[in-house]
Formats: sequence, C-alpha cells, structure tokens
Amino acid sequence: MRPLVTLALLVIGLVAALVAGERWSDASLTPQLALDLEGGTEVILRPVATTGEDVTDAAIAQAIDIIRQRVDASGVAEAEITSQGGSNIVVGLPGTPSEETLRLVKESAQLVFRPVLVVANPEPYDPTAVADPTVPTDDAAVGDGATDEGATGTEDGAGTADQVSKAATGEGDGGSGDSGSGDSATPANPSDLSWLTADLTTQLNELDCTDPANLVGGASRVGDPNAGFVTCAVDGTAKYALGPVEITGDLVSSASSGLRVTAQGAITNERVVNLEFNSEGTRIFADTTERLLSLEAPRNQFAIVLDGLVISAPQVNSVIPDGGAEISGNFTTAAANTLARQLNFGSLPLTFEVQSEEQISATLGDEQLQRGLLAGLIGLILVGLYSLGQYRALGFVTIASLVVAGALAFLTITVLSWVQGYRLSLPGVAGLIVAIGITADSFIVYFERIKDELREGRPLAAAVDAGWSRAKRTILASDAVSLLAAVVLYFLAVGGVRGFAFTLGLTTVIDLIIVFLFTHPVMLLLSRRRFFAEGHRFSGLDPSLLGARSRYVGRGKVREPEPAAGAPQPVAAGVGDWMTIAERKAAQRAAAGEHAQAEGKDA
Amino acid sequence: MPGRMAQWGNDLYTGKRSYNIVGTKNRWFALGGAVVLAAVVLLTTVGLNLGIAFRGGSEFTVPGVADVAEQPALDAVAQIEGADPPRVSVVGSDSIRVQTSRLTDDETDELANLLADAYGVDKDQVGSSFIGATWGKDVTSKAMRGLVIFLVLVAAVLTVYFRDWRMAVSGIVALLHDVAITVGVYAAVGWEVTPATMIGFLTILGYSLYDTVVVFDKVRENVAKVLDQKRYTFGELANLAVNQTLVRSLNTSVVAVLPVASILFIGAFLLGAGTLRDIALALFVGILVGTFSSVFLATPLLVWLREREPHIREHNALVTKARAAVVTEDGAEEQVRVRVGALVPGEHQGNRAQPRRKNSSRPAGRKS
Repeated sequence: MRPLVTLALLVIGLVAALVAGERWSDASLTPQLALDLEGGTEVILRPVATTGEDVTDAAIAQAIDIIRQRVDASGVAEAEITSQGGSNIVVGLPGTPSEETLRLVKESAQLVFRPVLVVANPEPYDPTAVADPTVPTDDAAVGDGATDEGATGTEDGAGTADQVSKAATGEGDGGSGDSGSGDSATPANPSDLSWLTADLTTQLNELDCTDPANLVGGASRVGDPNAGFVTCAVDGTAKYALGPVEITGDLVSSASSGLRVTAQGAITNERVVNLEFNSEGTRIFADTTERLLSLEAPRNQFAIVLDGLVISAPQVNSVIPDGGAEISGNFTTAAANTLARQLNFGSLPLTFEVQSEEQISATLGDEQLQRGLLAGLIGLILVGLYSLGQYRALGFVTIASLVVAGALAFLTITVLSWVQGYRLSLPGVAGLIVAIGITADSFIVYFERIKDELREGRPLAAAVDAGWSRAKRTILASDAVSLLAAVVLYFLAVGGVRGFAFTLGLTTVIDLIIVFLFTHPVMLLLSRRRFFAEGHRFSGLDPSLLGARSRYVGRGKVREPEPAAGAPQPVAAGVGDWMTIAERKAAQRAAAGEHAQAEGKDA
Repeated sequence: MPGRMAQWGNDLYTGKRSYNIVGTKNRWFALGGAVVLAAVVLLTTVGLNLGIAFRGGSEFTVPGVADVAEQPALDAVAQIEGADPPRVSVVGSDSIRVQTSRLTDDETDELANLLADAYGVDKDQVGSSFIGATWGKDVTSKAMRGLVIFLVLVAAVLTVYFRDWRMAVSGIVALLHDVAITVGVYAAVGWEVTPATMIGFLTILGYSLYDTVVVFDKVRENVAKVLDQKRYTFGELANLAVNQTLVRSLNTSVVAVLPVASILFIGAFLLGAGTLRDIALALFVGILVGTFSSVFLATPLLVWLREREPHIREHNALVTKARAAVVTEDGAEEQVRVRVGALVPGEHQGNRAQPRRKNSSRPAGRKS
C-alpha cells in the first residue's frame, strides 16, 4: 500500500516542518489571517511634488497599480490599496509587515542609466583628485547578456567583442580631445565632458559621500534628466559626475535576480539583477554601449542610478545589441530580489512620503469567522449524512477522505502562510468550504463508475479496477480545467482574484492527492474485505440492489434463464415502452401467432 | 430510499428508464434562453448594486474614543438613509474608522454629528474624506483579461482532449449561461456586490465547467464509436450518457449545495449582511444553475451542433432506415421505439443454443 504510505509521509512531513518551524523559526501552528479577519498595518502615503509636476488622478491610479503588483509579487497577502481624498494612497497590509514589504510599498524605484563623466573619491573638496579611474568601487563589467550560458552563439560574440574592446581601450584617446572643450560648447553626445559645467564641478567637489545623509535615495535626489548630475555611490565609496539620462527604467521589459554567470558560463557567488530591455531600450542601449566602448576610462562606464544614487557603474567591454544587462553591486539575496521586483513593475510615477503608519483592526469580527467555520462544520456533517444514506458503508470512505482532505488543506495553508506569506481571508474560508463539494464529487464519480461496472456483472475487485481506470480519466480531465483556471488567474489577475486563484489551485491539487493516494487505495483494500466483496446489504455495493446477477452460480453451473428474461415488460416511465428491435420483432411474432391461432379457430 | 435510488440508477444505466432530454432540447434552450434574457434585462435596467470596494465611498475618522466598540458606528450609519452597511475598524489604539457608500455633503454632516454623539467626542474632531475603490478598474480589467485568456485556453484544451471543438463551445455556452444567471440574481435581489461576491462568481465559473466536463466525458465514451454501428443515433447515445450520469449529477450538486446552503442560512439569517451571505448566495444559485446547464443545456447543445454535420446526418438517416427495414419486413407500420441503453449481457441459453453440427456422418434424426 505504497500510496497510503506516501500520503502518511506527506502529512508527517508537513507536521514536522510546521513544528520545527514553530520551534526554531517564525511559523505558527494556525494559518495567518488576512486583513479582513485579523487587521493589520495601514500606511498612508502622500505624494511629494517633485519637479513641479501636478499630481494627476492617472498618476495616482498608476501608482496604485504598481504598488499592488509589487505587493502581489511578494506573496499572496491580499493587500488592500486605495486612494483617499483624491491624492493620498492608503495601503492596508495584513498583520505586521516586514521592513522589506514596507520598502516595496514606499520606494519609488526611479531607475535611469547615465553615462559616467568623472569618478572621484567620496570625500569632499580636493579638485585635483578628479578623474581617478582606479576608484575601487566598480569592478563589475557588462558582458553581452552576461547570463546565457546556454546560448553558445552569443558567447562567441561576447568573446570576440571582448578582444575588440581591449584594443579599443588601449587606443583610448579618441574622446580625450573633448575634455578640453569648455562650458560654452553644445554637448555632442551624453558622454561629452561639456555637460560638466562649472556649477556641477563645484557641486562635485563639495559633495560628501561619507555623510550618511547623502546616501539616502529619494525623490528629491533624482535630478534633471536632461542635464549633468552629481551623486554618490549607494555604499558611499565614490562620487560621480554623470551625463544626462540616456535610458529610463520604463524601457526595461523584465528584471530578475540571480547568481552572476561569467562569460565562460561559470556560476559565481555574486548576486546580480539581470535586465531585459524592450525594443526601444535595446536600440538605445546598443548605441550607448557602442559609443562608450570607444572612450577611455572612466568614461567607458555607465552608471545605473536608482532613486538618485549610483547602485552600479559597470564598464562597457563590448557592444550589447540584444538588450540584456546585468546590475551588480554588493547585493544581498533579499536586496537583489527586491530590486528586481521593483524594476519589473516599473517605477512609481510619483514619489511618496509616509504620512502615517498605524495598526488597524479587522473589518470583520471574530463572529464572522466562527460562524463561517460553524457553517462549514454543519455542511460537512450534512454531506456525511447524505453520503451514508446514498452509499451506505462507502459513505464512511467519503467522510474519511473529506476529513483527510481537510487536515491536508489546513496543514498546507499553515505551511504556506509561513513560507509564502499566504493569508486566509473570509472569502478564502468560503472557498475552502465549497471545495468540500468539489472534492466529494471525485468520490461520487468514482463510486458511480464502480457501480456501473458491478451492473455489468463484474465481481467487486474487477469492478474497482475497471471503474478506477475510467473514473481516473474523468477526474483528471475535470481537475485539469480547474487547475488551468487557477494558474491563469494567479498569474494574470491581481488582488483578491489572485487570492481566489491560489485557493482554487490548492484545493484542486489536494483533491487529486486525496483521490489518488487515499480514496482509491482504501477502496482497493476494502474490495478485498468480505463485507464489501460479497456485497453486504449495507456495503453500498450490493450487486442485487444494483440489478446485477452473476451468471455463474458455482460448481460449473450457470444460472438458468428466467422465464421473463426473454421479453422484459416495458416500463411505463419517462418516455414510455422502449424495446430493442429484437424484442419488438419477438413481440410482433407472438402477436401474429396469436392472431393466426384466433383466425384458425374462427375458420 | 437508497434501494429505490439504486434501482432508479440501474434503470437509467441500462436504459430501461430514460428521460428524453436531448429530444426535448428546444424546450430547454427556450427555458435557458428566457432566463438568461431576463438576467440581461435586469442587469441593464436595474444593474448591480456595487459596494464601496468598487465605487469608493465616504470615510469618517473618530479619534480619541474611550470605548472602541463597533456597534455605535453601525447604529449611526443605519440612521442615514441609503448608506451601505459600513466597514468599521479600529485604527491605532483609540480611533474608529467608518467607511460607507459615498454620501452627500448634508448626509456627511449628519453622520459626523451622529458619530460624534455616539462616541462622545466633539463634532469638529470627526474627520471625513472620500476614499477610492480598493477593487479598482485595474483589478477588474486584469481579472477580465485573465478570464478571456482562460476561456481561450480552456477551449483549446477541451478541443484537444475531446477531439471536438463543439464540446468546447457547448461547455463555454453553458458556462456563460450560469454566470449570466448568477449575476442576474444579484441584480434582482439587489444585495450589495462586494469582492466576496466576485469571488463567488469566479468559483461558479470553475464549478460550471468542471461539472460539464464530467458529463461530457461520459458522452465522449458513449459516442466514441457511434459511426461504427447502426443501432443508435448520436443523439440517443448522448442522451444515454446524460441519463447514466444523472445520479452522479444529482449527488454532486446535493453534496456541493449542502455546505453552501448552511453558509447561506447562517450568513443570511444569523449574521445579516456580510461577506458570508454575499458569497453563499452567489454559490447557491450558481451550483443549482450549473447543474441544470450541465444536464439540460450542454449535451443537447452539443447534439444540435453535431447533427448539423453531414456525416452525422447521414448516420442518423442510416439508423432510421435500418429500423424502418425491420418494420417493413414484419409488415407493421407503427414506428419502432428503440431502447437505448448499455448493452446488458445475455443469459446463457444452455447447450441447445449451440450451433448444430452439420456432419452427415453422424446419424440423422438427433434433433434435440
């Protein structure tokens, strides 16, 4: 009985994980509840007017959309996000959210790419030290895509480009002639040193990147996108003078975090964020890298600027025509994940200031949950009674299966709320109660199939086998449809719909697990018991009740045909007297015979 | 009762007893169509009563409350005519927040006064503002996009699985029927539509398809070799499948409806308006309608679609001809009524039924 053992191991594994998690981690033995049942933290964000832009409704709506996507991507917590009074955004998060979650909500994530003009040591003043190319911050390099270990074609390209880039750096003086051009000249391209106005040079000299106050990114630090810009590295190890914005974050089509893969395909220990640009971004990025490639250090670097701080300033070693870039820095795993998530959903159109952050109580009282659970319990009892009435002893199999399914659902949800941040809302509870019906349907389909097979005259063991092979197909097909709905909605919808999809998927999978690992093995075991195999009156599988008669009566004899078997009486029900063609002919012949006899008598 | 039910199930299985659902399909199409039409008319004229999660509303904050009970706020809002039942929560340690449907300026003033009285604070301290929808247009539009993609995918999956696009079409038509009626009932009853209701509608969507797939799987099994025989028409075999799964359909819907009914009962009668009642009504209606459509609409629709195919029509003509041939042979004129059912194995007829040896070397005359 391997399936039953597997199921037992699954349950034991879940329980062990939970108990261990409760003891040594922050798991709890009951599921976490959502905002409507438990309350949580409410953050009110007020938009900060940056460069004189008006706060439009559209911008607020877009900001809500982006915050929702970010929160959704971090789990299935079902945050509640709304606007208040036309301009504020209210974000309700269940329970006590982590610092990381709050950052997802608050940070604007304005990402831009600017060419590096000058790199300097972080300390202020010292104008003579400008343009020291050996500042130790950025040994990160941008390779071609730099990630595709599988794509050999790309790697080859990268290899040759690398060699070319070395040669180009060696020459290196093509751009240096520009450095002399004064403030008056119109800059020829974003790397032109004439962006570095006298004003900006002073700013650069005065900037103190060792002061922690200058290392806080934010709206006020983003700077004019069409002018030169001075800022710090995010870790305070260098300061930069940068050219105007060349690529903005909205040209990024996707971002993901992972371990860095070298050009040789070796995986390093370094956390990086990989970016994919859209077609426009790819084109601009190719132009930019082509131009930077021919420049001398440090102007062959470009800076990746997030919320006004340089998070990475890699050197260009090759032209990147396919729009793949890699951001490296001293990321922790969590930081890389957070950054990728923020970039994935775009930057907020506005920056926000946290106006208040307060605890709020549940909007639905305990009463609702208790009554809901009570209703579920009553429903379960009714289902049990009905199954017993319909299926007699088999009803116990249904009840046992439902109880195991319930236990499994409880355990899975508790584990998921620990690992995944899943939270149970009242609609979720209702969904689980409805799942009783859908789970029980699998058993009903199965039992009815077994009965059909018994009606065909098979003994129970064979009927269970044949019934299972047919019921299995139906159960798999119908559950596949539910699973498809769950997967599509989970990945495409947001907010409450996503929570629903998660619950639906979960209950469908549990249904499959129970039918395959519990109900069917139990049926196999039971079909060997005499009580069921001999079709006891209360087994629910009594062949005589099912209208099936085994034709073999033992001792090499078969049942003699019953007198009435040849021509069954038409049943007057539903649509009337239906006979097979053969029956019809027989009846007609009989009628004709009688008629002839009668005629004979007459004659 | 189970005995009788089992007997009934047997008769349905063997075709001894049969409900001609496919044959009377026009009646069911008319019934389903009429109810859907009524639902659509209701939705366009009366419309849904969307809650504050969809439309936004008014929000009141009562700070510095000594006793943070929710009941006074509920009572206060109940005195305002036309205000939806509020969502009340405690913010921080001593503030009460009340959210209800959007009120006019006068009503806002009135409710602020009532709340101030109820909680014993100064009227000026009660703050009010408008709040936006938590279930905004973007949530709805994304859900709709997800649904459309799901329907396209599920149509593809069903077409591949059943090897027949008509089954996919029939299943989806039945699904739209179920959802339209369930939503229509909300317009008729006028209960507030909350996010929980929406979740209920989505659940019905899944349940309806699930239910239809189970019936169709039996239809597929029965009609797999329909063209290889001349005994029954496509419609008769499909009808047999519906009859054979009738016990299952009945049991499933009873089992699914029992917990929902208990939520609805407890939600509506013991708790009054609230999440449980909202979701349970949608599910209750949806499960009943879903069972109806999987039995009375989906398969008849499939038969109607299939019978428009030339080879199915030819086959039908063939079957009719074969039956007619039997009748003429016997000289009877009345129409033959055929029992459509699972083939019940025959009885053993004994040695006499065995073919007789035609060997002339055996002594003749031993006829029996």
